[in-house]
Amino acid sequence: MTNTILRALLSYWWRSPLQLFTFLMGLALATGLWSGVQAINSEARASYDAAAATLGEGQFDQLVPRAGDRIPQSVYINLRRAAWLVSPVLDVTYKGVRFVGIDPLTTPTQMSFSSDAGFSLEDTDLIFGNAKVASVLEGFVDVIIDKSIPPGIAIADIGVVQRLFKRSDLSRLMILPEQPIRRPDLVEIAPELVVQPSQQIADVAALTDSFHLNLTAFGFLSFAVGLFIVHSTIGLAFEQRRGMIRTLRSLGVPLSNLLSLIIVEMGLLVLVGAILGIVMGYTIAAMLLPDVAATVEGLYGARVSGTLSLRPEWWLSGIGLAFLGAGMALAVRIWQIMQMPLLSAVQPRAWAIASAKRIRGIAILGMILLGFSGLLALIGTGLGQAFALIGFLLIGSALVLPWLTIKLLDFAPGKGVVTSWFWADTRQQMPGLSLALIALLLAVSANIGVSTMVSSFRVTFVSFLDQRLAPELFVRVDEEKTASALEKYLLERDIEVLPLLTVERPVVGQPAKLYGVRVGRTYRESWQFLGADPDVWDQVARGEAVIVNEQLARRNNLWVADEVDIAPGLNLPIAAVVGDYGNPQGQVVMGELLFRKLYPNAVATSFGIRTTDTANLRKAIQADLEVPDSGIINQASIKNMSLEVFERTFAVTAALNILTLGVAGFAMLMSLLTLAGMRTPQLAPVWALGLTRTRLGVLELARALGLSLIVFICAIPLGLALAWALLNFVNVEAFGWQLPMFFFPADYAFLGGLAVLATLIAAAWPAIQMVRKPPAALLKVFSSER
Amino acid sequence: MAWAQSFGGLGSKAADEFATPLRNFVFDFPNDHGAHPDYRIEWWYLTANLEGPSGVQYGLQWTLFRTAVAPGEEKGWSSPQVWFAHAAVTTPEAHFATERFARGGIGQAGVTVEPFRAWIDEWKLEGPDMNSLSVQAASPDFAFDMDLLATGPLVFHGENGFSQKSAEGQASYYYSQPFYKISGTLNLPEGDISVTGSAWLDREWSSQPLSDSQKGWDWFSLSFEDGEKMMGFQLRQSDGNHYTSATWIDVNGETQSYPDGAFMAEPIEEARVAGRDIPIRWRVRLSDRGLDAEVLALMPKAWMDVSIPYWEGPVGISGSHNGRGYLEMTGYQ
Repeated sequence: MTNTILRALLSYWWRSPLQLFTFLMGLALATGLWSGVQAINSEARASYDAAAATLGEGQFDQLVPRAGDRIPQSVYINLRRAAWLVSPVLDVTYKGVRFVGIDPLTTPTQMSFSSDAGFSLEDTDLIFGNAKVASVLEGFVDVIIDKSIPPGIAIADIGVVQRLFKRSDLSRLMILPEQPIRRPDLVEIAPELVVQPSQQIADVAALTDSFHLNLTAFGFLSFAVGLFIVHSTIGLAFEQRRGMIRTLRSLGVPLSNLLSLIIVEMGLLVLVGAILGIVMGYTIAAMLLPDVAATVEGLYGARVSGTLSLRPEWWLSGIGLAFLGAGMALAVRIWQIMQMPLLSAVQPRAWAIASAKRIRGIAILGMILLGFSGLLALIGTGLGQAFALIGFLLIGSALVLPWLTIKLLDFAPGKGVVTSWFWADTRQQMPGLSLALIALLLAVSANIGVSTMVSSFRVTFVSFLDQRLAPELFVRVDEEKTASALEKYLLERDIEVLPLLTVERPVVGQPAKLYGVRVGRTYRESWQFLGADPDVWDQVARGEAVIVNEQLARRNNLWVADEVDIAPGLNLPIAAVVGDYGNPQGQVVMGELLFRKLYPNAVATSFGIRTTDTANLRKAIQADLEVPDSGIINQASIKNMSLEVFERTFAVTAALNILTLGVAGFAMLMSLLTLAGMRTPQLAPVWALGLTRTRLGVLELARALGLSLIVFICAIPLGLALAWALLNFVNVEAFGWQLPMFFFPADYAFLGGLAVLATLIAAAWPAIQMVRKPPAALLKVFSSER
Repeated sequence: MAWAQSFGGLGSKAADEFATPLRNFVFDFPNDHGAHPDYRIEWWYLTANLEGPSGVQYGLQWTLFRTAVAPGEEKGWSSPQVWFAHAAVTTPEAHFATERFARGGIGQAGVTVEPFRAWIDEWKLEGPDMNSLSVQAASPDFAFDMDLLATGPLVFHGENGFSQKSAEGQASYYYSQPFYKISGTLNLPEGDISVTGSAWLDREWSSQPLSDSQKGWDWFSLSFEDGEKMMGFQLRQSDGNHYTSATWIDVNGETQSYPDGAFMAEPIEEARVAGRDIPIRWRVRLSDRGLDAEVLALMPKAWMDVSIPYWEGPVGISGSHNGRGYLEMTGYQ
């Protein structure tokens, strides 16, 4: 008997394949984008974790040189023989691959590769890396392919790396967590080294969090939209099956049996939908991952594997969410069935017609949420609250939308019978369409918000590049000798040369880069500040003050006139704060003279050169000073490289834009189709009164167009509010910089066009169905009127 | 010697190239106090029975091991030599153990002979010669700093230092200095403790000390109240039989070696240590010397929880002879 009941229940879906399709697609879309985004995020996080574990940077304190980037090996031995348990690392970058030379005998046991990578003392000649690294290094060295090694990294014995690159020194020393008692102070053994605490070494995961949150927000948005679809399909299916359920119960099927079978039936369908979604999610993630990888690498220097693996954390969370969402919709219906009198009448559309009162109630709730959001904008701090603000803003607006639309329809123009009927009919359809309209509103406003943020970022970044990359040529030399020869050579020819002096040293207890700059026309003219004293450059040139970047300033709650520690015992006031985008690290800029006094050993190996004749100067430097071609970089090419990172970010954003709009369009199509099937009884009298089927079809299209325009108009202020919140709260909290907001009306118009197009496509099918509906079907309404 | 076995596969590639111990070897001191990089494994193995101010018994171990993946020495990271070391202090209530590792060729560890210095990181066993040494080691929980003074000659095991380890002929070079007086300070979590006692240094090197059928060994160094001493070991074979060897050392350092079968050791009580059943009470016999005594671990949980774990700790002797000593047991699964 169980079989028979289940077959009866399932037969509904075979008779309504469109609803089956809606149900499965709704679930698949919801799980698809969600799990796709989760897949990207978990892949990226796994890569960061692997990198942190492999390089030991996130886990262990390290000893680094106070100046320069090399530690003599004898210093390492002295430290070990003085009870400092440290493990040596030599980092060398070659062909874009970071060679990490380690001593497997002394690495902390907590480091992941010491076992995974299959190091053996017998074969210390081996080099390990992933497949991509192996192919990059083909012809240079043989690489043993090991998937557990993070992208862009080749791991080998320290002796191998020293031999390969003819080095005899080390880059950094990892401090083992357990140290013996009776250990002398560092200054007694190696005063030239400084401890760099582990948690302060650029925590890639935290830095990239905001980027991944962006993705997650998109994923969640489409999940919510997908669940709207599922919710309404389940509602429709149950309402239409009331008759069948009544019949089955009248035939003697116990309520408990019926309910368990309904749950089994739904469970099967949700499983199918969710699996479809996972497949879809995997495809989306695989498509987007290369761009995401390029973005985070460009922005943060974090490497993400370009290949996707099926991690349980994302596919399980996708399936789990699908069951949770469908379960919630189902629970309401099951409760209704339990309450339903055995012989209650079938009430088509009853499910869809919410009273105007209910719509108003929901709108009041929405306004309260908007109020919360406004309150958070005034008093909120922290990333979590920034996201709560955005959440309240979006949900509140979504809840207000149906009521607002009905109110707006009150002002609809036109007189005459048909026009009045048209608007009244539109209002009457609002309850059924409101979920689809909300989906469209969320999709469009999220797109406006995110693209405003990303484009504002881009505009700011381009002008930032212009000031930072003012010199036309950058020359990099390997030796001190060549460096001084180059400087002399250029000064003799009266060409402005800007040596780039830099050391890494903790400032305010955090790792930072210190720069020594030659104050001259270039800096005075091209640098713009977020806040500054009037005579910034004079103070800097005299060594009386420094310039810090925004990240350092905001992170430590410092601003102009506050002091920072530049060297042991030397604190200088901040003369200006400069915007510095796409860089997680703190920076301090000081005058060249002061820098050379503090770090007499630091040698400038990079120079910026001002010239109007880049091509000839480039040739001359190459010929006269034997600087290799690869050592001279045209400013334009650096700029292109940086911009490319942003193009990749846009590619990810654009792809997600299209996908979320697609989901919204689908929601619209399904709502319209569902309504169209049930509206025949209402359209038949209008047709009988003389409106042709074609005219009715056109009116259907016009309605969809009108509604989508209303939604779009509402979406613009919502999207801009979203962008404002992202730029003023999320960015400051997550990246440490605030961006000015720019407006991009052409982009919004294009988005509006896309939204209207999606709606029209969605409305076209039901409209065509209307046009083609046989007169007999319309007539039947009258003969079988209930 | 479990490390010897566990590291057995380590150098299999170059096994044939390593030097092997030969009979009638003539030791050349002080050079033979130093490293023999052409042999696969080697150690400088110091154990001591100590007594605190209130008569509390302690044990101490300091061992530097050398193992090679290929014979010979090279400068820098390409050296085939690997050094590691174990240090431990045993009290009646606790056992502290720690280890260190180092690559050869870079100066992090090594042995020089004149003056004598065996070191790894800050740990060292050093002195003007082997008769007068100091020894230091430290870990996150304990440290020690001791002085050693030899009151007797070096003693040679087996046939003048050629110590056979199996019927098939595996052997090592093996000599000891069992006559050290030792004094110094133990730094333990409960505080610093001044101690005195006696120490025993073993020197051994070989290339293939265990045969395939041997699964572990039990090694005893016993100092009796009358001033005589005995070193005895048994290698446990997978067929249940044993290969034993012993050296009797009289008060003047005169030795008599005993072949397989003369020395007998049988476990009479086991304890659950680190998830294994470890014999902590033994009956040891050497009938030629009238020895029939019980050897009891001072601290049953003297487990060396290092990369290649084993049991090593101080023991008390009672029966036909009374005294103290050290026991090492390896290969217990």
